Amino acid sequence: MSAKDKTLPQPHPYMANTAPASYRELLRVAEVKEIDEVFEQIPNDHLFKGKWKVPRGIKSEAELSKHLTSILRKNISAEDYRSFLGAGCWNHYVPAICDEMVTRTEFSTPVWGTPSSDHGRNQVWFEFCSQLGELVGMEFVGLPLYSYGTAAGHALRMAARINGRKKILIPASLDPERAKVIRTYAGFKELDGFLEVVEVKFDKKTGRLDLADLKSKLNKEICAVYFENPNYLGALESEAAEISKLAHSVGAEVVVGVDPISLGVIAPASQYGANIIVGTTQPLGVHMNAGGGVGGFIATRDEEKYAKEYPTLQVSLTGTTVPGEMAFGLTLFHQSSYGSRENGKDWTGNSVYLWAVANATYMSLMGPEGFVDVGNSILSRARYAAERINKIKGVKVLWRDGFFKEFVVNFDKTGKSVKKINKKLLKHEIFGGKDISDEFPGLGESALYCVTEVHSLEDIDALVDALREVTA
Amino acid sequence: MIKSKIRKYHAAVWDEPLVMDLSQPGRRGAFAPAIEDEIAGSVGNPSALIPSSLKRKVAPELPELSEFEVQRHYLHLSQQTLGMMGISLFGTCTMKYNPRLNERLVYQPFVAKMHPHQDPETMQGILEIVYRFDQILRDLSGLDKFVFQAGGGADAAYTMATLTRAYHAARGELAQRTEIITTVQAHPCNPATAAAAGFKVITLPLEKDGYPSLEALKSVLSNRTAALMVNNPDDIGIYNPKIKEWVKAVKAVGGLCFYDHANFNGVMTRIRAADLGFDACMYMLHKTFGGTKGGGGPAVGAFGCQKELVPYLAGPTVEKKSDGTYFLKEEGPKSVGRVREFFGNVPVVIRAYSWTRAMGIDGLRDAANISVLANNYMEKRLLAIKGVTKGLPELTQRRLEMTRYSLGELTAETGVTTVDVQNRMTDYGVDAFWLSHEPWFIPEPFTPEAGELWSIEDIDYWIDILEVVCEEARKDSDFVKNAPYNQVVHKQGSTNLDDPKNWATTYRAYKRKHAAKK
Repeated sequence: MSAKDKTLPQPHPYMANTAPASYRELLRVAEVKEIDEVFEQIPNDHLFKGKWKVPRGIKSEAELSKHLTSILRKNISAEDYRSFLGAGCWNHYVPAICDEMVTRTEFSTPVWGTPSSDHGRNQVWFEFCSQLGELVGMEFVGLPLYSYGTAAGHALRMAARINGRKKILIPASLDPERAKVIRTYAGFKELDGFLEVVEVKFDKKTGRLDLADLKSKLNKEICAVYFENPNYLGALESEAAEISKLAHSVGAEVVVGVDPISLGVIAPASQYGANIIVGTTQPLGVHMNAGGGVGGFIATRDEEKYAKEYPTLQVSLTGTTVPGEMAFGLTLFHQSSYGSRENGKDWTGNSVYLWAVANATYMSLMGPEGFVDVGNSILSRARYAAERINKIKGVKVLWRDGFFKEFVVNFDKTGKSVKKINKKLLKHEIFGGKDISDEFPGLGESALYCVTEVHSLEDIDALVDALREVTA
Repeated sequence: MIKSKIRKYHAAVWDEPLVMDLSQPGRRGAFAPAIEDEIAGSVGNPSALIPSSLKRKVAPELPELSEFEVQRHYLHLSQQTLGMMGISLFGTCTMKYNPRLNERLVYQPFVAKMHPHQDPETMQGILEIVYRFDQILRDLSGLDKFVFQAGGGADAAYTMATLTRAYHAARGELAQRTEIITTVQAHPCNPATAAAAGFKVITLPLEKDGYPSLEALKSVLSNRTAALMVNNPDDIGIYNPKIKEWVKAVKAVGGLCFYDHANFNGVMTRIRAADLGFDACMYMLHKTFGGTKGGGGPAVGAFGCQKELVPYLAGPTVEKKSDGTYFLKEEGPKSVGRVREFFGNVPVVIRAYSWTRAMGIDGLRDAANISVLANNYMEKRLLAIKGVTKGLPELTQRRLEMTRYSLGELTAETGVTTVDVQNRMTDYGVDAFWLSHEPWFIPEPFTPEAGELWSIEDIDYWIDILEVVCEEARKDSDFVKNAPYNQVVHKQGSTNLDDPKNWATTYRAYKRKHAAKK
């Protein structure tokens, strides 16, 4: 190799073997004269010979940092402005220790080890499942899924495998984004495994599921009834037990989506008839990350009927060869796609396992009292905000009773669109609630507001003042 | 021949109890902001705000601990995780350095505290990076558009399966086109996602050249063919030189072609998916492009396709206006809709963008060269170890960035399996190697991947440890079979965890079953 050799790598901080001596040693031992020799399998006419647009590397971290920061600084975050956005990604407080744990290199960089060398990480996962199981009141919990919607999609497919039926009921009030995911999972009628999705109306007077419509759609063909508590429009389904009873009366499975941060104060779905509980994990110590913080879960009773339909991986507590020593192993691995390819239960892969570390840490920090505390804080603040907003002239909170952290604000009588109002709120350094006017035309010019424990009295008052001004 | 000085190693052992067992009544680790008097005075008792039917009556049995106790517990658990603190040549996963700069950036409010439904004018930075990275991947692949919604490689394969559905449905051919073809070397996520999307899966077996023959492919092609899903090179380091003919044949019968580019690392800057004729491809940003793996996500399967397929992509997509600003565009009527909520694991895209800019086109070329060269270096040394053989040894051309080896001879001689060896290697601070995806068509497989990160000394050390363990196996096979000894805990016991009497995915289930056994 001559010094002029164009293939000689240039030293780079991420690559030790770019050092000339190391590289030469690799060549020598591998008995390679020209680097192209090691690519001998690739036919010449497969190789790209054009010009690249990607520029040369930025080796200086200082320079790279400056470049990235100069772009990212254009963002305005929920720390810069007061944000009242929720709708599937929520602004909750993330304890510092959660961030510390997910940035530990032992948790953030690796992929997979042995049960003994991954013991600590497996224990965190087991503690995630155990604590989440406590919150939702279920004994069998899988490792996390990509998101709330994907968890619901997989759970509904589990239900179909359990009872063999092909029609699922979902609420018309469902988040259109989650509904799209569920419809993707439900498939196409031309192909195997298709599940027909039928919407159940919601009561415009309460925001809750319309039980009369549910009854009219229930029959022995219904595979599963899916509903959420609280639902997308914020309302708590106070007739949850009745919904479950109706569904069970025709032999359907009940799949319920929940927000785990509410479960210190709200009853777990296992107590009102849920067979499969799904939900989001993002509120439990994970930042919003522009939507990149979402995660989901599936939980059921510890029964073979359910356990043997999980698409996820599961860790189980067990022992080692030494009596009394704890170990964690995978259970029911063979039914995963890793174990059985196309014959497995749906599929799994990389998920959001790092967030399980944040979730486990969060649940341990909160404890039973912390969840009551945060639940009450959210309930009180959201109610206070709703009541004050409702007093603004021309502005109406659609359902003033029975919500947790989100509620729908209607602006019809102001004569202004949510789009305009939200644009004007930006000038007050406020992100208004999500515009749902297009999603739910029947609700008029409406926005979904989200108030959590992070919103102080001052934040809420500032919102009310700004809303009064921009709607006047 | 062992080159390195074998260092002392022992994993951290804290014998850390379960967090539930650390609990002491009345301890508190976190409080929510106190409810201001004005709010309390206005709304009253918060409990009265919940419908009586939905009040929680029994508290969850969560641990009660002080803040420090929680911190220390999870720090102990992090220390009880080998987690790439040693040397990890975990094949197929392309272990990389995850620059700390990126961690510092993505945990700042300008990333962490962004909401996906914000007005685009307030999220220009994020949209710009997503847009710029799309441009980079277009250059590297020759394809026309990339999206990042898929939460991992498997989710990107699922994206392809759903896109295949939408594409053929739009042509009125879906009822007829019900078959997706893949190969036995393809990652399980390809057949699994195809099946989950409702397709019948046809898996082509390996043939003498190390991949299925073109004739075998042609024999299963028909007007029922919906798509082909393949990787190339595969996990054994074998490149199918007839891939262009494959793609042509599939397209001739009206099928789509998906390139699972999981093994892109060795062919970066040499091969472009579009040049080979593929309709779509997938890159793993948490592997090839330097994003964190997180022990299994959050990840991104970047999905790219040709112009004709862009209308079918999952929305929303990031676009640029003529005034230079960026916006999120909702999907059109042909789109598959959503495979997951929102537009992707944004922090992973930012990491990948940063990593790729740090590498540059020159660095990517060097990384590919070093990855493949290092694999060939490893082969020379590994095959000198007694008991190690190369998978498909009759194929003598140089392998790409990975080679699958077999410990079958060692197992035959000593009874020590590849899993035993893996366990024992962790006793020296070496992370587990990758075995093989199902099915195992090479006995007692192991698949190391050196990549561009690990120094020649690290690679040598890894090889030396394998050699030491093989020698140990011959000297005292039971000793190796019962390993590890220097790890956090010993080898998992023989309890059958697939038996419902034994499995316990929560502590509550464990306690119930354990008590029942007594």
